[in-house]
Parts: sequence; structure tokens; C-alpha cells
Amino acid sequence: MSDAVTLQGVSKVFGDVYAVRDLDLAIGDGEFFSLLGPSGCGKTTTLRMIAGFEFPTQGSLRLHGVEMALQPPNQRPVNTVFQSYALFPHMTVEENVGFGLRMKKVAGAEIVERVRRALDMVQLTHRATASSKQLSGGQQQRVALARALVNEPEVLLLDEPLGALDLKLRQAMQTELKDLQERVGITFIYVTHDQEEALTMSDRIGVMNEGRLLQVGTPQDIYEQPTSRFVAGFIGEINLLPATIVDHESVRLAGGRLVAATTGAAAGSEVTVAVRPERLSLFGLGETVPARLNAVRGRIVRRVYFGDVFYYDVDTPDGVIEVKEENRPGVALHEIGEEAVVAWDPAATTVVES
Amino acid sequence: MSVTAGIRPKSPAERLLATNSWLVFAFFYAPILVLVVFSFNANDNVGIWTEPSLRWYREVFQDQAVLNALKNSLIVAAISTVASTILGTMAALALERFRFRGQKFYDGLLYLPIIIPEVTMAVMLLLFFAQGFQWLDSTIGWSPTFGLGTISLSHIAFNISFVTVVVRARLGQMDPRLEEAAADLYASRWQAFRRVTLPLIMPGVLGGALLALTLSLDDVVITNFVAGPGSTTLPVYVFGLVRRGVTPLINAVSVVMLVASMILVAVSFGFQRDPKSRVEPSSRS
Repeated sequence: MSDAVTLQGVSKVFGDVYAVRDLDLAIGDGEFFSLLGPSGCGKTTTLRMIAGFEFPTQGSLRLHGVEMALQPPNQRPVNTVFQSYALFPHMTVEENVGFGLRMKKVAGAEIVERVRRALDMVQLTHRATASSKQLSGGQQQRVALARALVNEPEVLLLDEPLGALDLKLRQAMQTELKDLQERVGITFIYVTHDQEEALTMSDRIGVMNEGRLLQVGTPQDIYEQPTSRFVAGFIGEINLLPATIVDHESVRLAGGRLVAATTGAAAGSEVTVAVRPERLSLFGLGETVPARLNAVRGRIVRRVYFGDVFYYDVDTPDGVIEVKEENRPGVALHEIGEEAVVAWDPAATTVVES
Repeated sequence: MSVTAGIRPKSPAERLLATNSWLVFAFFYAPILVLVVFSFNANDNVGIWTEPSLRWYREVFQDQAVLNALKNSLIVAAISTVASTILGTMAALALERFRFRGQKFYDGLLYLPIIIPEVTMAVMLLLFFAQGFQWLDSTIGWSPTFGLGTISLSHIAFNISFVTVVVRARLGQMDPRLEEAAADLYASRWQAFRRVTLPLIMPGVLGGALLALTLSLDDVVITNFVAGPGSTTLPVYVFGLVRRGVTPLINAVSVVMLVASMILVAVSFGFQRDPKSRVEPSSRS
């Protein structure tokens, strides 16, 4: 798999603020890659540099091996789907979709045919002659997609394209986008602050914060093995417990309890133990907890009913731990005020910096 | 049971307000009404009504001096409108779309012609041309004179500001992402301007152009200062007539100018109120 996009040592400085700092990233051909992070983390600036709307202050940006860092956007084999769609309001749907082909001086008959196919792909053939302003949000979204994809770009850039849609439509479009990407086989770079979108659609995710790329990996990697406290906390719910490293196989929690975990840093270092609420189980005091599990005893202080699950807050000497238990037969229901043991598999324990 | 809405006695305050607005309208339009009525007066004396006639309108269009002045006005208006629309639109684009050194200063300078008293600007321009011509004469031996050229330049000078303000307002409403989208879809800078920006700001550009046209056609003070022999424009000519005594001919000329100005302003408003921005019934599919 050759790389569609390669960024090496890319930084972007606005005034004296680093929007993106020393970014190294290679995105494979045909990959669905998401840049995930809170607003202001530099993900949009990174996308805009790939599109050519911003030029890197330093570093190299290659598209299929060709250096592009300082090329204007109209010289790059990439197309963008904008957050606000940016459809041309004075043009019809088909004029919007055909714009790129007209600028590239493609023959008239071919434009007609390719626009027809693109509209067909997004199921908007019946709206071809409508003004772009008469469309609903979801339709505008699909026109924006067709307008970009009709040019058969090497890379499609999507800047939070589902942000303006309501929840139901957003979920439908997630599936549609993923299907579309698999069908056309074009590299997608998808910018979002929505972790669910990133997890469900991406082949790989890059998590950014404060201009830095913190971790790149498959959705499973990112969710199960976060390498930093930020990534652990940003994606999904997680319990972060302060601890000290004892040896390669164990750490001591703040309350003094020794738990098993694979550690990297030197003994005595301050670290944070990260455990997802759904990986925890509650045991009554009378029950036997399997010996291989990590176990912490505490008192249940809160129980929240979510329909399919119960959330328990358990007050322990090591801090308040949130436990997510499924609401199904066989899983015992615990009461507020009850003493209980929180237990989890050492394999589900991640150790990150404090 | 029906609800009778809006039928209740008016309070004294409301009556006063209503009276006030009628008084304001009367104050605005009564002089115009008098002017229009008396322009159709057959009598040689402005103030004495005898009978309705189109005599003065006939004379307007037979009077060589009036026609000459009208011709001058149209030439100046055409030149200054085209030039100031192009330059003003360029200035608006520069200020809205780019960041450059001294931008704030330039921005402030641009509003000066709108703010400073017209007579000040007139004196400045007169001095400028006089000095400039002297300098040109002494350096390259070319001695231009006051005339339609200086009037046109002066009108361009103050019109740029007005065009810029109008076009900028329109540009401000436009999503700058649209230009990025055009560039993303392989358009060059010029193509993006031609195919996307210009069509979208066109109502502003046309509105600005019509405003410039109106201001140019109506200007007396500045034109009076920078005009030369034989380059009298219509408003300046009317002003001169008044000083020699008001004749009903002026009434007729004034009414012609009034109607022309009103049409231009109305068309200008029509352009600025973009018909496309009206709420259209959204179609469901």
C-alpha cells in the first residue's frame, strides 16, 4: 500500500502560536483516516494544509510522493467537502457538481455524463436542476460530496461534514459515507471532534491535541490501548486513578492497593491507571472474586439507570470509580450504600503518564 | 364569538405621533410638490400661476446651453461611474479578503471623502490640480487645463468611497469558503472571482455603480470648483441660472433631474435587495 499523503515535520505558526507542531503522518492509499480532537487542536489546520488553503510554516507535504506543500489548491489532486458545504448559491445542483470539471476544461459531453453518474451515486438525480438553496441539509451534504467526488480526486478531505445535520440523519450519513468510500476506493481524510464518528467509520484514527499528533492507530488501538492520559480521557468514558509503579507487572494505587498491570516506566514513577467502566464488574461481599482479577473494595454512592445499562459510582480509598453494568438477567443489581468489590482483568488496565 | 382586534380608542400620544409623521412628510415633499406643479405653469413669472402648459419642458429640450450641460453631465457621469465602480470594487475586495500592512489606515482614509465637508474636498482638489498642472508644465512641458477631465477625476475620487462601502457590505455577507471551494475545484484566482465572487456580489456592484452615477449627476460644489470654460454640467448650470433670477425653465430642468435621480435610486435599491435572498418555499422530496 503506497502512501497517498505524507507529512514530515509539518508545523504551522499563526503569529506566534503553533496551530500544528512538528507533525509526522503517513496516510495509506484507499484508507479512511480520521483526525480526531477537540476544537482548536490543529486538526482543521492540518486538513487545510493538505487542501492548500494554508501553507505549512515548515515541513514537507507529499501527495503520492509529489511535494505539494506550497502548491495552490487548484494545482492539487485533492477535493474538499466543507463543513458548511459551501455550495455555490447562484448555481443549480448540476452546475455545482460540474464546476470542477468545467474548470479542468473537460469536454462538454463528458461533463454531462460524469455529473449524471455522480448525482446517481448520491441519489440526487431527480434534483439536478434545482437551485442549490432549495435543498435540505442532507441533500446539500450529498451535493457537496458529489461535487468533490466527480473530479475523481486522489484524496477526499472532509471537514466535519456531518456537524450541521441532526442526529438521525448523521447516523444514516455515517453508514452512507463509509459505504461510498469502500465503493470508490478513494483515500478519505475525515476531520471530526465526534469520537463515535471516528470510531465507527475509520480504518485508522489520529488523535490531536494542542497542535500535536498524540497517537495514531486503529479504532481498537486508540480505544483499548491509549498511550497518553489525554487520548484515554478524550475517547469514551474512563476511570483515571493515580498510582505509582512498583515493578514491570504491578502498580500501587493511591489507596495503597497493589494491582497487576503491564508497565514501562521506572519503578517509583507517578502514573495514571486507566480502566474503562464497561471493563469493571461489581461483586457483592459474599461472592468470590477470581484471584487473577484486580480488585478494589468500596461503597456504592450512586446508581444511574440508562435503560440498557446501570452506572454505579463506587467510593474506594483509591478514588471514586465508575462502573458500567449491563441490565440483563444474570447481572446482579446492587443498592446505594452497599459495600462491594470492583474487579477487572489486568489486561484491561492501561498505564499512562500521570 | 369573534375577537375584535385593533379597534380601540387612540391615545393622545398616538395621535401626536401620527400628526408628527404627517408634518415630517409635508416638510419633505411640499416644496417638491410646489416645484413640480409650477414647472407646468405657462407664465413667465415663477410665482404667478396662469394655466397649465408644457412650454418650459419644450424650452428645456431646445435650449442649447441646457443640452450642452446635460451632455457634459452624462459624459462625466459615465466615465466616473465606470472607473469608480472598478476601483471601488477592487478596494472592497482588498479590504475584505486580504490582510496587509497599513490596512486599518487605508480603511480609514477610504471613508474620508464621505466624512469631510464637500467644500473642503472641492478646495483641496482645486489646489491639487492647480499645483499639479504647474508642476507638469515645468517638468515635462505639458499644461493640461480644467475641464471635463478634472471633473471626472474629482467625481471618481469621491465615488470610490461610496462604491467601496456598498460593495463591502455585500462581500461581508458572502461566505469566504465559497472562494476556497472554487479554488479547491481547480479554479484560478481570476476564474474564482469571475465565476463565483462577482456573480454573488453583483447586486452590490450594480448598487454602488448607480449610487456613483446619481452622486456624479447631482454634484454641484466640487464640480463648480474644478470645472473649466465650456465644461459646465447640468446641476452647475442650474445653479448659475438661479443666481441670475429664477425662471420657470429651472423648475422644468429640476423636475427632469429629480425624476432621473429618483429612478436611479429606486433601481439601486432594487439591486441591493437581492431577489434571490427572499425566503423560497422549501421543496420536499
